Amino acid sequence: MENLGQLGQYLGAGLACVGMAGAAMGVGNVAGNYLAGALRNPSAAASQTATLFIGMAFAEALGIFSFLVALLLLFAV
Amino acid sequence: MTMAEEEAGGLVFHPMDQFVVKPLFGAGEVNWYTPTNATLWMALAALAITALLVFGTRGRAIVPNRVQSIAELLYGMVHKMVEDVTGKDGLKYFPYVMTLFCFILFANFLGLLPKSFSPTSHIAVTAVLAVLVFAGVTVLGFVKNGAHFLGLFWVSSAPLALRPVLAVIELISYFVRPVSHSIRLAGNIMAGHAVIKVFAAFAAIAAIAPVSILAITAMYGLEVLVALIQAYVFTILTCVYLKDALHPAH
Repeated sequence: MENLGQLGQYLGAGLACVGMAGAAMGVGNVAGNYLAGALRNPSAAASQTATLFIGMAFAEALGIFSFLVALLLLFAV
Repeated sequence: MTMAEEEAGGLVFHPMDQFVVKPLFGAGEVNWYTPTNATLWMALAALAITALLVFGTRGRAIVPNRVQSIAELLYGMVHKMVEDVTGKDGLKYFPYVMTLFCFILFANFLGLLPKSFSPTSHIAVTAVLAVLVFAGVTVLGFVKNGAHFLGLFWVSSAPLALRPVLAVIELISYFVRPVSHSIRLAGNIMAGHAVIKVFAAFAAIAAIAPVSILAITAMYGLEVLVALIQAYVFTILTCVYLKDALHPAH
């Protein structure tokens, strides 16, 4: 029965990491759209790098949350 | 070497072992006053910042030497960031933002040295930084704007029927700020260091050693970039929160 609990722990940790795929798509979306906009209007690109990093940070945070859930399942349960 | 020995060799250390806080002297228990490896590396970060910014600019040369121009570059970059994001009236809080940026940057970079310890990989450390920013910004918002600060949650550009719903969402997102602010930094640094250690464990297996050593090199390059970007992101989010406190108009 203890093994079954451990099985669930490992499966859950693996499943939690699927959330990183969403964060990856989000960060890629931000960077891709920034590049598309920057190539259309290069003179405005430099002023928007701060916004780029803020957008990336918000998208990436959710991936980090899923990584954290995986870590909690592996080491804290 | 037999297969079993090779496998045992690959598992001699756990990827999370590098984050254990140990006392510097002896092996007793860790109390709040015990000097630990975390204390050591935070002190080293402070020393490195002092060396760069105080002793590096001691000459005050008109034509700066190498160290002084690095210090000026760092100062100018953070100064411009605060000015761009928060406006002229945010420059009063520039020293705190500069302190945050330098501490996180140097703690991240020193953590990349082999055998070192990165304080920023611990949520305990980053949570203190993030909660101080959160509490400071909230108090500042109420002191500067009084009850108008609550306008941050009352989106006046939205239809009236939607505003209570948006207020709840805005309120939740406001209180999640310190959580995401701290976990983003700690999570990024912890994840990067753990990945390097996982590849290091694979490097003990002869058949895949070349691939994993290449992977360690590539990850290390990425980690240098991440160390800089995460310090930048933490600081720029501090600036954004500061802007919200100084100009809460929605």
